[in-house]
Amino acid sequence: MKIGVYLCQCGGNISNTVDLEAIQKHIEGGDEIAVVRQESHLCSGAGQKAIIDDIGAFDLDRVVIASCSPQFHEKTFRGALSRAGLNPYMLEIANFREHCSWAHKDNPEAATVKATDLLDASIGKVRHNVPLEEKMMKMGDDVLVIGGGIAGIQTALDLADSGKNVTLVERQPTIGGNMALLTKTFPTEDCASCILSPKMAEVEGHPKINLIVDGEIESIKGHRLHFEAKIKHKPRYISPEINMDECIGCALCEEACPVSAPNHWEQGVVQRKAIYIPAPHAIPYKYIIDKDICLHDSEGCTACFDVCPQKAMVFDQEPEYTNVAVDAVVVATGYDIFDSREKPVFGYGEFKNVVNGLEMERIVDHITEKNPPRDVGKRVAFIQCVGSRDEQVGREYCSRVCCMYSTKLASLLKQARPETDIYIFYTDLRAFGKGFEEYYKRAQKMGIKFIRGKPAEFKEDPKTKMVTVLVEDTLSRQIIEAEFDLVVLAAGLTPSKSTEKIAEHLKLAVSDDGFLKEAHPKYRPVDTLVEGVFLAGTVQGPKDIPDTVAQGSAAAGRVIATLAKGEFAVDPMLAFVHDDKCTACGACFDICPVNAIAAKPDGKAEIKETLCVGCGACLGACPEEAIDLNGFTNMQLYSAVEAALAGKKPGEKRAVVFGDSNCTYRVADAAGVRKMKYANDNRVLMVPSSCRITPNLVAFAFAKGADIVLIGDCPEKGNKFEWAHDFAKKYIEQAKQILTDKGIETDRIVFDDFTASNLPKFVETMNALSEKMKKLPDIDSKTRADLNPLEK
Amino acid sequence: MDDRIKKVKLTDRSVEFLRQVEEISGEAITACEQCGTCSGGCPFVEEMDITPSQIMRKVMLGQEEVLHTRTMWICASCFTCTVRCPRKLDVSKVAEALRQIRLREALDHIDVNDLTEDDVDRLPTIALVSAYRKLTG
Repeated sequence: MKIGVYLCQCGGNISNTVDLEAIQKHIEGGDEIAVVRQESHLCSGAGQKAIIDDIGAFDLDRVVIASCSPQFHEKTFRGALSRAGLNPYMLEIANFREHCSWAHKDNPEAATVKATDLLDASIGKVRHNVPLEEKMMKMGDDVLVIGGGIAGIQTALDLADSGKNVTLVERQPTIGGNMALLTKTFPTEDCASCILSPKMAEVEGHPKINLIVDGEIESIKGHRLHFEAKIKHKPRYISPEINMDECIGCALCEEACPVSAPNHWEQGVVQRKAIYIPAPHAIPYKYIIDKDICLHDSEGCTACFDVCPQKAMVFDQEPEYTNVAVDAVVVATGYDIFDSREKPVFGYGEFKNVVNGLEMERIVDHITEKNPPRDVGKRVAFIQCVGSRDEQVGREYCSRVCCMYSTKLASLLKQARPETDIYIFYTDLRAFGKGFEEYYKRAQKMGIKFIRGKPAEFKEDPKTKMVTVLVEDTLSRQIIEAEFDLVVLAAGLTPSKSTEKIAEHLKLAVSDDGFLKEAHPKYRPVDTLVEGVFLAGTVQGPKDIPDTVAQGSAAAGRVIATLAKGEFAVDPMLAFVHDDKCTACGACFDICPVNAIAAKPDGKAEIKETLCVGCGACLGACPEEAIDLNGFTNMQLYSAVEAALAGKKPGEKRAVVFGDSNCTYRVADAAGVRKMKYANDNRVLMVPSSCRITPNLVAFAFAKGADIVLIGDCPEKGNKFEWAHDFAKKYIEQAKQILTDKGIETDRIVFDDFTASNLPKFVETMNALSEKMKKLPDIDSKTRADLNPLEK
Repeated sequence: MDDRIKKVKLTDRSVEFLRQVEEISGEAITACEQCGTCSGGCPFVEEMDITPSQIMRKVMLGQEEVLHTRTMWICASCFTCTVRCPRKLDVSKVAEALRQIRLREALDHIDVNDLTEDDVDRLPTIALVSAYRKLTG
């Protein structure tokens, strides 16, 4: 082993405070230290050349650099190692500038002591570094789009047109989603099915789209551009199961079928037979049998089969399954309309003349027919914010489309039946989109009355079935008690039921409102925190059709950009298994939050590198320390901790801080950059996450001289690893138990969260730890020795 | 109340009155979105001079004249408004806060000594308790 150690003066930023001469003397002549050198600017071309030349001249196999924080120049120095022919991961950086010379500018002596400890820690760690390789993984062109509403359709078409192989899964018997249920669309009043049908047909005919209707995601797993999904084909009772090709849509069966039921696609407004086409413009245009009412199984009816020229019915069809492997997934599972029965004061489902917005879409769609299936009467009320902006039903958010859909339905009704007296009861009318305000004004001019007030309750006349609405007109401050022939509840949008399972399988984050969470609300609106999974449409939150289509295209664009590289590098700092230490006990199999641990045929654990995210949560679960984490192995951290504490003198106290790389380590850097003063008896060591800290590592730190161990991480909300706190807390409890067993105060172990911008909290915490340590008794050397997990 | 239009002045006193009602009631009156759900469903609204939602509005604007409305005394704390408010505000508590402000002035509107034996015998106990609470200091 030949280690080169380089001390950067940083043009005086370091060397004016930290005594580099003393440190050089301290290091020189150490075990396997081949060369120690000072440079004014190591990051400069000349500085890097010095390192590169030494690697050749001294045959160095590892390098330690004392300089600024690794967040600034780790990449630079790794590059230098590569150019010298050394593996770039044979490098460690001691943070002399942010954590020492700037943070403790007022106390050069303490800064030098701390710098020495940090350099010793880096040298200790580098002794256990091993060469790591970034593996290149191939990416294909296969994409799974879940949900065949307008969002999924738009995404699928954009992807397919760009040459991707798309599997589009829809759980209903036709694609089109909720948009297919609408009559016309606001504010342009173009007919929804007229603008949607061509796109649906395009999907069906596209050579790059494999359309699966009646499909349910049975399971889906994966991460990082590699996913496997099992899709269940629900039986349609038409042959063959996968594409129903036998059915030619001739409608003879439908005429022959003796039973009927409300057409749920038409929201029950019209009837259909037991064998039916879901919608007039259904894609695929194939029949389906409703087994709930079909008389075949109960009475042996074969009326449809008898007339079918193709003999396409298969009454005993069972579900079939398809497996697909894809590189990216777009979740476009849409919304469900709010179930108005959750607001019993409105009598929905009980009062004959109270309907919801979707039902009204169908009613209005038929209104111009000679004999519409349902008439609306003379006086109609629309009630806004049903299931939106209502904490009584747990929904705080605005559904964004109801103001305009009610305005649209009222306008269409008024145009078809000018004599109808229409009222819209609203709390705040939101007409924010392009052309919306003008549309609102047009409706007002038509004579539709907008009343500012939210109805409290309805009553139904038992004879006439008229609905009495009680509401305060909050502008005139009068209570209106009026009878209506029809009341339309502008029911809001809720997260769709079918999304839950998919979110669970893919470990997608959910926002407070229940919709799926984007990776960043401003800059990554269609990405998720799971690499390779994207969101499109209302699955992410309520939105109208133009926004949904825009997001569908955006998701397709993000997929195309992501897959364009053809291959991607996998960060090598992932978990791995020491096969010789693994006892096949199985303790780790079920704990991995991303399912990256599997059993080999011999029962021992193995890490799936395409799934592992390198959080380190599994390390604490292994009783044999057989699972390890590249870049932060047990031996690397034991060695670093021991070396960091080796300089502790009698009477001194030390806090070892395990700081996650995103927040805690960065806030320490930021405090240094701002030259904020804080206690100097702490030693901050970088770790990937708080969940990497094993109970043994904490015990080891105390064994080697720590008086307090602080484990810092980003807050739970927004944490890179959302499970980090759960694991960290569990392991900390175990570590506290180890201390309790030895009669040591458990409040010596502290867990706290930091943000990279909250500098005062970091400074106050470091000062508080220092004060606390001063009051704590010394732990005697015998007790410390007993704590060492490596001595057992 | 005088029914002519009066201009509302926004003063430190109006802020203080809002703060006082918010403190006694524990309700964030400024969070009221004025949807009128409380008024529309109030079983006694026809006995009131201003609606419950108007009470909320006037308190927000710091108009102490609400202390002289019938509404706050008509409110029976039946909680119909409370269980329906989409912002989960407790309007009954606000009415109670207003009553408390008046009651803490501790004015005697009736003299207990004026009640005859016959009154005491005939009146329901709850009416007596209520009268003592609301009408005596």
